[in-house]
Amino acid sequence: MALESRIYSIKEINRYIRMKLESDNLLGDVWLRGEISNFTHHSSGHMYFTLKDADSRLKCIMFASHNQRLPFMPKEGTKVLARGNFSVYERDGNYQFYVTQMQPDGIGSLYMAFEQLKRKLDSEGLFAEGRKRPIPRFPKAIGVITSPTGAAVRDIIITLQRRHPSVPVLLFPVLVQGKGAAPAIVKAIENMNRMAEVDVLIVGRGGGSLEELWAFNEEAVARSIVASAIPVISAVGHETDFTIADFVADLRAATPTAAAELAVPNIEELKGRLSQLRTRLYQSLRTSVTRRKERLHRVSRSPIFMNPRKYMLQQAERLDRLKDRLEQRTVRQAERSRDKLLRLQGALAAAHPGEKAAFAAKQLQGATGRLESAMGGLMKEHRMRVASAIRQLDALSPLKVMSRGYSLVYDEKENRLIKSIEDVQPGDLVTVKLTDGQLDCQVWAMKGET
Amino acid sequence: MEEQQLSFEEAMERLEAIVSRLENGDVPLETAIELFQEGMKLSQLCGTKLEQVERKIEVLIETENGFQKKPFAPSNEDRGE
Repeated sequence: MALESRIYSIKEINRYIRMKLESDNLLGDVWLRGEISNFTHHSSGHMYFTLKDADSRLKCIMFASHNQRLPFMPKEGTKVLARGNFSVYERDGNYQFYVTQMQPDGIGSLYMAFEQLKRKLDSEGLFAEGRKRPIPRFPKAIGVITSPTGAAVRDIIITLQRRHPSVPVLLFPVLVQGKGAAPAIVKAIENMNRMAEVDVLIVGRGGGSLEELWAFNEEAVARSIVASAIPVISAVGHETDFTIADFVADLRAATPTAAAELAVPNIEELKGRLSQLRTRLYQSLRTSVTRRKERLHRVSRSPIFMNPRKYMLQQAERLDRLKDRLEQRTVRQAERSRDKLLRLQGALAAAHPGEKAAFAAKQLQGATGRLESAMGGLMKEHRMRVASAIRQLDALSPLKVMSRGYSLVYDEKENRLIKSIEDVQPGDLVTVKLTDGQLDCQVWAMKGET
Repeated sequence: MEEQQLSFEEAMERLEAIVSRLENGDVPLETAIELFQEGMKLSQLCGTKLEQVERKIEVLIETENGFQKKPFAPSNEDRGE
């Protein structure tokens, strides 16, 4: 026995095995076929079970995150196809199969074909709602493409009869399962389009297994539904069955009965709607007439119709009042204008130069008067002064002296006053002036004073 | 207006249009009366069409001369398809 160069712990070796397993290409993603046993659906949501065949068993786990989308419920004894990867639960040293996808066995290949076709058609946009044609509200005729025997055709016809017996139904009998089914359905859809007698098609069949429904997952059928000018309602199987036909149809019905309900309006509802429309029709006309009556009534109750004379008088009165107001207004307006004119005239007159001249003349007069009186006063004063001066002068006047007996002697030639004996020569002629005249005298002698 | 040419759907739609026009109310009286009369005819037409229970169910049978229509009565046997 060779000595080991190294001794490993259990934990280490379990981890080593896990890594080996996980790095293996085949074990990383593999499909297995087996039968379910020891199935438990844990409260955590995870599923624990064993897959077995005739002489081997395998521990499996499917986590909640994966099993939520399971298209079926696994149970004891179910044969399945499971996809997943291998790993080791290190604590127990168990290797386990971790399941990511699972489906009942027998349809595995079909299932994969279905998924592939679904992806392909979806990527072409054939499932898009925008592509789908509207189903007519009131179809003139309904085409039904299904098996002439069985529950589906009966359900459809009974429902159509119940809901809307007056719509004609044209049945195109086809095989709905087996080899010839898909070509038959395609031919039926094409023929219905060629005949153009119906304006909505119901294509379908009753429930069944995936194999039984398979014709409705064929690409040819899907493409003929897409190509149909007549809107198609698909009605395949039960509520839970989905086929490619359902995805490409213009409307998917859960069941054949539902398809018939979607295809025609309920006659009772229509009758109800029609009677409602009738009522509304009457009502609207009545309303229309009533409104006009009311208008007419309102108009005819207007005072001009009720008491035209009174109305006329009223109007006349109103006219008078208006006239008065007009006159008053005119008069007031005229007065206002005249006042304004006067004011303006006054202002103008005040501004007139004649007025200024008169005023100046008055001032001049006043000034002249004042000047004259001042002058008069001045003259009077002067006259008085002159008079007094004259009186004073008079008092001094030689005439006055002469009147008292004095006289003035002038040289006759020179007419000069002689004030001294020296001024004369004997023989000179002199003039003696007296108050009342003069004496012409001759000097005889002079005698000086002694 | 050729009422007899109208399909049920066309008659119904026309009737709905007339009613809503009348309900909007600013239609001259003469027009309103005309519309009302047309509406009455249409509603009679629709009513008649609804009462026509023809039960016309036919099946297409392929023959040498193409497809033939035959009356169809669904069997009561349920083959469970």
